[in-house]
Amino acid sequence: MATVELRNLRKTYLSEEIIKGVSLVIAEREFVVFVGPSGCGKSTLLRMIAGLEDISAGDLLIDGKRVNDTEPARRGVAMVFQSYALYPHMNVYRNMEFSLRLAGMPEAERRQRIGDVARILQLEAYLDHKPGQLSGGQRQRVAIGRAIVRNPKVFLFDEPLSNLDAALRGQMRVELASLHRRLGATTIYVTHDQVEAMTMADRIVVLNRGVVEQIGTPLELYHRPHNLFVARFMGSPPMNLLPATIGSRAPDESMQVRAGTISVSIPIRQAGLEAGAAATLGIRPEHILIDPKGTVQGMVEVSERLGAVTLLHVRLPDGQMIVVQTGGDNTNRADTPLRMTFEEEHCHLFDAKGMALPRKVDHPLLSDA
Amino acid sequence: MARTSTRLRHAATGIVAWAIALWMFFPILWMFLSGFKSEPDAIATPPHLFFSPTFSSYRDVFAREDYWHFATNSIVISVMATLVALLVSIPAAYAMAFLPGPRTRLTLLWMLSTRMLPSVGVLVPIYLLARATGLLDSRTGLILIYMLTNLPITVWMLYTFFREVPVPILEAGRMDGATRWQEVTQVLMPLALPGIASTGLLSLILCWNETFWSLNLTSSVAAPLTTFIASFSSPEGLFFAKLSAASTLAVAPIMVFGWASQKQLVRGLTFGAVK
Repeated sequence: MATVELRNLRKTYLSEEIIKGVSLVIAEREFVVFVGPSGCGKSTLLRMIAGLEDISAGDLLIDGKRVNDTEPARRGVAMVFQSYALYPHMNVYRNMEFSLRLAGMPEAERRQRIGDVARILQLEAYLDHKPGQLSGGQRQRVAIGRAIVRNPKVFLFDEPLSNLDAALRGQMRVELASLHRRLGATTIYVTHDQVEAMTMADRIVVLNRGVVEQIGTPLELYHRPHNLFVARFMGSPPMNLLPATIGSRAPDESMQVRAGTISVSIPIRQAGLEAGAAATLGIRPEHILIDPKGTVQGMVEVSERLGAVTLLHVRLPDGQMIVVQTGGDNTNRADTPLRMTFEEEHCHLFDAKGMALPRKVDHPLLSDA
Repeated sequence: MARTSTRLRHAATGIVAWAIALWMFFPILWMFLSGFKSEPDAIATPPHLFFSPTFSSYRDVFAREDYWHFATNSIVISVMATLVALLVSIPAAYAMAFLPGPRTRLTLLWMLSTRMLPSVGVLVPIYLLARATGLLDSRTGLILIYMLTNLPITVWMLYTFFREVPVPILEAGRMDGATRWQEVTQVLMPLALPGIASTGLLSLILCWNETFWSLNLTSSVAAPLTTFIASFSSPEGLFFAKLSAASTLAVAPIMVFGWASQKQLVRGLTFGAVK
């Protein structure tokens, strides 16, 4: 098992900087997910770690050793590609055997290893099948098997589940998580799917335009986003964001904030904000309560019933749209008025530059973090 | 109603296709038949539909020239030129397809443009070069020339085929520890085998049919079947039946070969055109 360290990694391609200095230390056995919108550089960063892309500047260390100029196969990393990239002309056994054969491993040992991996991944019945004869999920397993069989220090996954249908994706997600627990290998996983990121990661790295926006545990990112980008990106449906103005500081040192007709008092730690400064008020859909005595008024425009929960798309008096998440048994229909309360302890406040202002009280789940 | 019209359209397409095929094949059929006619029958106008077949032309052809000598030359030169062309163009196409530079596209177009130049334009320099290096009337000389003239086509074709190979598969090979050589020989080539085969086939056929250089650079030792045919269209008067017999003998091997591999060939030439 191994640690991976990125020291100010940069990638320039055709005089354009794609990765603009990423630093990160990944601990042994850690499952780290790179997430971000398409074009954010997450796959490029993974390929730089794999050795498939040159590193323009900075250092990459695996187990403390600089591997910038080391061949991919000698870095001790194995990669699972989005398209699986199985060798179509070889059967499942040969696919898994290829790297071992190239490494000069004796035949008996190869057979032993492949047998073990095939058992773990339930591929024993398919060893003499060509990839073309397998289903998507089976191909995915072979791709994972090909990576495991090398016994690498670090696993790299490049959007491995994005070619599978929704049901299979959910199943493979669980399988991958339990596989990681069993193998305990350091893993770097790239995805644009935040459900995968939230459910599988020990830590998530949110990337945007080649820059790290935030690194943290899934709940840290969800409850304590550092900036507007992360606030917008994590969570589905996304956080409601309303343009707001800073009011006065209350005697109990909560910050008065006005957004349209809404007025909330948010327990913010930092002073230094002038009254009247522009800001953004953020609140997640599940932190808006439907409350007949609430001070926030709105009109339901669309009601999305998902069964377990209902999403109400509500128009505020000033024309802004917000999403309210409520129970599946909610009876509000379109074109009915609604009164709500914003849970003040769950409100987020971002300054004019989009940076989050630290709150006085942490989320209970994060207090020990 | 709709089904009938579809069937009619299919039938019409079939008839047209057959008509065109027969029209294109007719000269070859006529040549084949003329080879079995007597000389007067062969040039009779209007042509005789019915004639008593004779082997006399074939007997004459075999008596006058050593067919096997020419045939061996044709086979050796075509096969060798094709093998060398593949040996050179596989690495070239690999580099162009997977490690392209800013000028790769331009280089490819420029290579193809050299095919547009009429061969006769470089006849004198090539002839002088061949004479100076002792390659006149030698198989090596023709192999070299054929290989060079076909390179643009083989590189282009292989480039197109290689571009169809998904890059992640090659990258997976590199992650698995394959060297560049192993990546090409154990991953890329097996994947692109149909393409490589079609390229080889086309090159073989082009070499077999090449006439200009074989006529100008060989006389007897290295002369392939194209010069064998040419020797029957002699200035002493046209013997049509003998010429037909000789031509049939010259094209027979490559026709049989082409027939056997037509599936591969069609696949290769239409590759990328569909889907």
